[in-house]
Amino acid sequence: MSYQQINNIRIDGIAACVPSKCEENSTLQMFNSSEEYEKFVATTGIERRHVVEPGMCTSDLCFAAAEKLINELQWDKSEIECLIFVSQTPDYKLPATACILQSRLGLSKECMSFDISMGCSGWIYGVTTISSILSAGHIQKGLLLVGDTVTVTKSPLDKSTYPLFGDAGTATAVSYNKEAADIKACLYTDGANYEAIMIEDGGCRNPVNPASFEITEYENGVKRNKLQSILDGSSVFTFGISKAPQCVNNLIEHFSIEKDNIDYFIFHQANMLMNEKIRTKLKLPEEKVPYILKDFGNSSSASIPLTIVVALKELVEKSPLKMIACGFGVGLSWGAIAFELDKIVCCKLIEL
Amino acid sequence: MEEQFLQKFKEVLEVTDRNLSLSDKFRSYEEWDSLAFLSLIAMIDEEYDVIIDGKDFKQLETVEDIIQAVKERK
Repeated sequence: MSYQQINNIRIDGIAACVPSKCEENSTLQMFNSSEEYEKFVATTGIERRHVVEPGMCTSDLCFAAAEKLINELQWDKSEIECLIFVSQTPDYKLPATACILQSRLGLSKECMSFDISMGCSGWIYGVTTISSILSAGHIQKGLLLVGDTVTVTKSPLDKSTYPLFGDAGTATAVSYNKEAADIKACLYTDGANYEAIMIEDGGCRNPVNPASFEITEYENGVKRNKLQSILDGSSVFTFGISKAPQCVNNLIEHFSIEKDNIDYFIFHQANMLMNEKIRTKLKLPEEKVPYILKDFGNSSSASIPLTIVVALKELVEKSPLKMIACGFGVGLSWGAIAFELDKIVCCKLIEL
Repeated sequence: MEEQFLQKFKEVLEVTDRNLSLSDKFRSYEEWDSLAFLSLIAMIDEEYDVIIDGKDFKQLETVEDIIQAVKERK
């Protein structure tokens, strides 16, 4: 099993940025009645979402978050020698968006920069990867930029997915520090179910062709073309409510973590029904499990750091906290990490 | 178990004006939609400690099929 214990890494700061445009689900035409909308909110907890205007990319949101974070940390940009961009909504098919961001942020050319293609488990994978690289002690400072503009990939004619998602970009700063508490991680993959969340056309397997643009109605209220994302709600729901609790329990058992000593459990924000199932299965008290679904929806890879910024900013700035975070989704891919935030810099949420 | 399941399923669908029966093809219920599905899976997990995965669920047609699937996984 993929358990890892990574030492000498301190998480120094977190920042998040959302588009200023906010879409109210109550105004969507796709709900046929106010009863239908009420039922949607009661189940998902999602009332509004921040969505990008055409032309705004994940990298723009991450750039704004990174600039503010570097500024508040008073980091010397020339010291950042590792930049990782985690997203499934990159600027281009090539080059890697991390390369563009290296230059845009004015980082040194002596900086390894690359992308990781991951969605809802993205921040967990990103923290594990950047921490493992820095843990060797050769690189002192690293920047992890994680986010998605999922709304661009969903069909506005698909009521099973469109009203769930919002856009966000985040920045997490890490450094080599011998005093820091270990980061403990467990990561998993089930590629057999890759079709549960996917965009069929536009890659190398099925290049874009005229048929890619044809809109098909799959069921009542679910219309999309092949360049828009499939979300098989039934598969993903059963996956989430079984694997997320299981992986948190595995992490706790493997590393003999005292559950009561954990101050906060931050889960990927999928939807309220699913997240509450996960929380109750783990028997976690409500006050230890923050949600931001109401105002931000599901922001894919950005959801965990965004939740920290929105729900816990003041706390993480002034008191040392023990956390467990768990991400799960597209891949299918999931994982959990236990880590400490020792009075970090946490920037006020940015709207772009 | 059948009686109890029918009652719970009725609550999930928020049906008040009729009784459900084992032979019903649940997908043709007016109340059946993606949210009802999520609530049903959550209810089955909570009441019977069973998770029916999405692929398996797609094969089920009648209320009795669901009960059978729960029994097989107990």
